[in-house]
Amino acid sequence: MSSSQKLAEIIADHKGREGALLPILHDVQKEFGCVDENSEKAIAEGLNLSRAEVHGVVSFYHDFLKQADPRPVVQICRAESCKARGVEALMDDANKAAGERVRLSTVYCLGLCSSGPNARIGDKLHARLDSAALTKLIENA
Amino acid sequence: MTTIRISDDALARACGADELAAAFEKAGASVERTSSWGMQWLEPLVEVDGKGYGPATPDDVTAILDGSSDKGIGVIAEHPFIAGQQRLTFARAGKTRPLSLDDYEATGGWSGLKRAREIGPEAIVEEVLSSGLRGRGGAGFPAGIKWKTVAGAQADQKYIVCNADEGDSGTFADRMVMEGDPFALIEGMAIAGEAVGATKGYVYLRSEYPDAIDKMEKAVRACAHIVAPFVCEIRAGAGAYVCGEETSLLNSLEGKRGEVRAKPPLPALKGLFGKPTVVNNVLTLAAVPHILMEGGASLYDSLGIDRSKGTMPIQLAGNIKHGGLYEVAFGITLGELVNEIGGGTQSGRPVKAVQVGGPLGAYIHPDQFDIPFDYEAYTAADALIGHAGITVFDDTADMGAMARFAMEFCAAESCGKCTPCRLGAVRGMEVIDRIRVGGRELAGVETEPQMHNMPKKGRSPDEEIQLLEDLCETMKFGSLCALGGFTPYPVMSALKHWPEDFRK
Repeated sequence: MSSSQKLAEIIADHKGREGALLPILHDVQKEFGCVDENSEKAIAEGLNLSRAEVHGVVSFYHDFLKQADPRPVVQICRAESCKARGVEALMDDANKAAGERVRLSTVYCLGLCSSGPNARIGDKLHARLDSAALTKLIENA
Repeated sequence: MTTIRISDDALARACGADELAAAFEKAGASVERTSSWGMQWLEPLVEVDGKGYGPATPDDVTAILDGSSDKGIGVIAEHPFIAGQQRLTFARAGKTRPLSLDDYEATGGWSGLKRAREIGPEAIVEEVLSSGLRGRGGAGFPAGIKWKTVAGAQADQKYIVCNADEGDSGTFADRMVMEGDPFALIEGMAIAGEAVGATKGYVYLRSEYPDAIDKMEKAVRACAHIVAPFVCEIRAGAGAYVCGEETSLLNSLEGKRGEVRAKPPLPALKGLFGKPTVVNNVLTLAAVPHILMEGGASLYDSLGIDRSKGTMPIQLAGNIKHGGLYEVAFGITLGELVNEIGGGTQSGRPVKAVQVGGPLGAYIHPDQFDIPFDYEAYTAADALIGHAGITVFDDTADMGAMARFAMEFCAAESCGKCTPCRLGAVRGMEVIDRIRVGGRELAGVETEPQMHNMPKKGRSPDEEIQLLEDLCETMKFGSLCALGGFTPYPVMSALKHWPEDFRK
C-alpha cells in the first residue's frame, strides 16, 4: 500500500468520530514517524478544515514531529521529582552515551515519581536509574 | 501450588515486575497480577499468602518460595504504611486483578451504580452534595454543585469528561486508579452520567501513560454492557501539560489547539462541543462509587476537617525514603507525612524543601511542617494542595535553580493565549538569571549619549528582585488559567525561604 493510500485509510477510519483530528494525528505520527506537510494537506481536505488549522494543531503538541527522525528515542524525565532524585547529574554521561546516534528527549513526568530518575523507550518504562543503568539503556536503544 | 501475587502497575513493571513474574512461573509457581499496594519503595513486591517480600529480583525467587528470604516485610495489610491509611478510593489497591470483572464485583463493584439507578438523578446529586466531595484536580470546587448545574441545563446532548491528564510531577494517583482499579473510574463516570443525563463520556488520558491507556481501553470494552446506555471512550493526549486545564482539555478533545478558553461560559453550561459538560478529575470520579453506596455519603462527610471532607490519596514522591500512595482523611500534617510516614529523605540528608501540589505548588520550608492537610489552610499559607503530590528535596537542592525551572517549565508549556503567561515566563527566566549573576550593567545602545532618558546605571540584584516580584504579581492576577497564575507560587516561595540560593 502506498503511503497516500495508508493516509487516506487512517483519515477514513476516524472521519465520523467527534473530534477526529487528534486520533488521526496520533495514527499518522505512529505510521510515518511525523506529520509532514503532505499529511497536513490530506487531513485538512478529509476533515474539511483549512491547512492552517491543521498545522496549528500539529505544531501545538509536543508529540507530533514535523520531520521523521530515524534515530531511536530515549525520553528522560527532568521534572521536579526526578530532579530531586538527581537526574541532572546523569545528563552529561547520558549525552555522551547518546552522541549523534540516539535522540534524547525531555519528558515532563512519567508518573513514577517516588522512584526516579525515570526514562521511557517506546512503551517500556524504566525506573531507579543511575548513571550506569541509564548509559546502558541508551547504548542498547 | 503456591499462588504468587505481583503488581502489574507501571511502576512495578519499570522496576522489573514482569521479569520477576516470569521467573516465578519458570520455578513452577502460579502468578496472579494484581494492582499495586502503593508501597513503591518495595516494588516489585511479592505477596505469598498475605505476606510480602520486596523489593524482589529474579535472584530472590527460590528463597521466597522456600520461605528463607530475608526480604520479608511480614503481613502486608498490617504493615504500618498500610495500616495507618484509610482507603476508600484505593480500597481495592493490591487486592484485586485490575481487569477482572469477577474481582470487581466481589469487592462491591457496581453497587454504587445500581443504587444510583434506583434512587434517580436528583437524589444522586443530593448525596454527592452532602458527602462534601470537592474536585480532586486541584481547584477543590464542590463536585455536587458542578453536577447540579449540568443536571439543570437543557440540551440534546451532555457529556461527562474525565480529566486524566495528570501532568504534575510528583503525582501518580490517577495513574494508579486507571491501572489498578479502572472499573471504579468507569462506574463513577456512569453514575455522573446518570445524575446529569449524559450518555457519553470521554477519558482524556495523557500519552505519557502507555500502561494506563492500554488498561483503560480494555476495561471500557469489558464493561460496556454493564454501563450501557452510557458509552465511555478513551482519548490520548499529545504531550501538552496545559491540557490538564479543563477548558484547554475540552479544546484538545474537540481536535483543536489546547488553548485555554476564557470563563464564563462555564464548561458546565457550554463545555465539550458547546454542550453542558461535567469535567472531573480521575480521583473525584473514582470516589463517587463509594459515596453512592448505602451510607457512603455520610461516612465521607464524617471524615476530614472543616470544609475539606473525606479522604485524599496523597502521593509521596521525590527524594523520600518510603514513597508511594497514602490515602488518609484530611487534616494530617506535612511533618507526619514527610518524616514519619515517608521516613525522611532517601539520601539520608536533611529535608530542605517540600513542594506540595506539583510544578505550580509552593515550596514549603520544614519550619511550616505543622500545617494541616486542608484546602483552606494551604491557601492561607500561600500554598496549594493541588493534586496532593508531595515532592521532597534534600539539602543539596538549589532552590534558585528550581525557581528558574518553574519559569522555564511555564514557558515551555504555556498555551500562548494570554500575555502574562506567554511572555512573563520567559522574562521571569531572564530576571532570575540576572539575579543569580548579580544584577546587570548598562550595555550596548543604552550607553550611547543619545539615550539620555535611560536610567544612569544598571540594576542591582535587589532591584531585579523587585522586578521579579512585580512580574509574579502580574502573572498571578493577569493570567487566564492556573499555569501562568500559579507559577509564581514556587518562584516566590523559593525566594522567600531560601534567598541565599539566589545569590552568586
